[in-house]
Amino acid sequence: MRSAVSALIRKDLRLELRTRESVPAMLLFSVSTFVLFHFGLQRDELEGDLAAGVLWVTVLFAAVLGMNRLFVSEREEGGFDGFLLAPVDRTSMLIAKAAVLFAFLVVVELAVVPAFAILLLGPPLGQALPELLGILLLADAGIAVVGTLVGGLAVQTRARELIGPLLALPLLVPLLLAAAQATAPLLSEGGAAAAPGRWLAVLGLYDVVFGLIAYAVFDFLLED
Amino acid sequence: MEPAAGAEPAVELEGVGRRYGERTALAGVTLTLARGATLAVFGANGAGKTTLLRILATLLRPHSGTTRVLGQELPRRSWAVRGRIGLLGHEPMLYRELTARENLRFHARLHRVPEARVGELLELVGMGRRQDDPVRTLSRGMTQRVAICRVALPRPELLLLDEPLANLDPSGGDAVEPLIGRSAGAARVLVSHDVEQGLAEADVVLGLRAGRPALLAPVGEVEAADVRALYA
Repeated sequence: MRSAVSALIRKDLRLELRTRESVPAMLLFSVSTFVLFHFGLQRDELEGDLAAGVLWVTVLFAAVLGMNRLFVSEREEGGFDGFLLAPVDRTSMLIAKAAVLFAFLVVVELAVVPAFAILLLGPPLGQALPELLGILLLADAGIAVVGTLVGGLAVQTRARELIGPLLALPLLVPLLLAAAQATAPLLSEGGAAAAPGRWLAVLGLYDVVFGLIAYAVFDFLLED
Repeated sequence: MEPAAGAEPAVELEGVGRRYGERTALAGVTLTLARGATLAVFGANGAGKTTLLRILATLLRPHSGTTRVLGQELPRRSWAVRGRIGLLGHEPMLYRELTARENLRFHARLHRVPEARVGELLELVGMGRRQDDPVRTLSRGMTQRVAICRVALPRPELLLLDEPLANLDPSGGDAVEPLIGRSAGAARVLVSHDVEQGLAEADVVLGLRAGRPALLAPVGEVEAADVRALYA
């Protein structure tokens, strides 16, 4: 399975490098959203709960863009059939696609978090960065798993651009809540407080639960 | 090629059918295809040819009847025949933004085929000089040659070929013969609208009309006129 996962990941990353369809769109969307929040909220600086909410809502909507594109090449260019004809475990596609979406999110956040700090965030980010990084990685794992599951389901439908967000966003509410709650103390005025451990635990639990659900049902998404 | 002695047939179908909603795409198909033999499938558009190929390829579940491919009952043991079947359909199953070589290397890794075979196959079909060009820049004939390489990569025991020579010039047809022709040694299910060429390749002929078998006979008992009548 490792060989199939690695082949799928390399293929998807190569396709993204050639087409630049997902990551640039996610980046542009995120930065545009920050600018809109800047003007919409009529505030130069955000902190605490509000800052965390703005950051995570933006990341989630950017992730939906990536999720919608995740299976398009498989659907439109016969990739599903080619994969299904091969003697490989079908779970390898779940793992590979989730890894690719995770990588896209990390790349996007490498640019988006500094942009957020410059455009909207009041308190300095420096001290909070290591903990924020941990929260981002935990949340990205959950978004990647749910995004892959929903993307795989939505791409089988005609209205995939609509079905994807409609299914994904409600499923991601617990993750949004936990990520925002864990992030808020780090972005507070007057110095970063520690991220609450229980919200980190919720994020970890979310990743495990949805990882298991995805593992259990992904095969059926590829079935006729 | 003579069927391997003692080997189970490549394909055994008994009353196989498939519906799409209320519409019956295939019904009552019963046939046996020996290893190394070729079944030519004829029929007008919508007759059920592609549905039959996709059932044999494990990509569609039959809704009725019994399907055995390479000795394995489908869909229950589909996993046991994956990698042993090559499907060349209407879609080349190639990523347009990847080069011919990258596409084949990807499939070689999925099928655990040594990557050296990729270069060999591309040279064999005359694509050596264009192997590093993206598939989107290739002509249809060239894309078809690469798709045939994809099918031949794992040396399948059963070839499912839908108009395999479409878009190929005569030299292309000759070049791919060792991969998907009779000399490849695999059992073949060949869908064709070219009656003469289909009959020349076939050992057994199946004619479908509205999803139902209208003709099933050894090629020696079939006249070209019988096949043309399927399109009337």
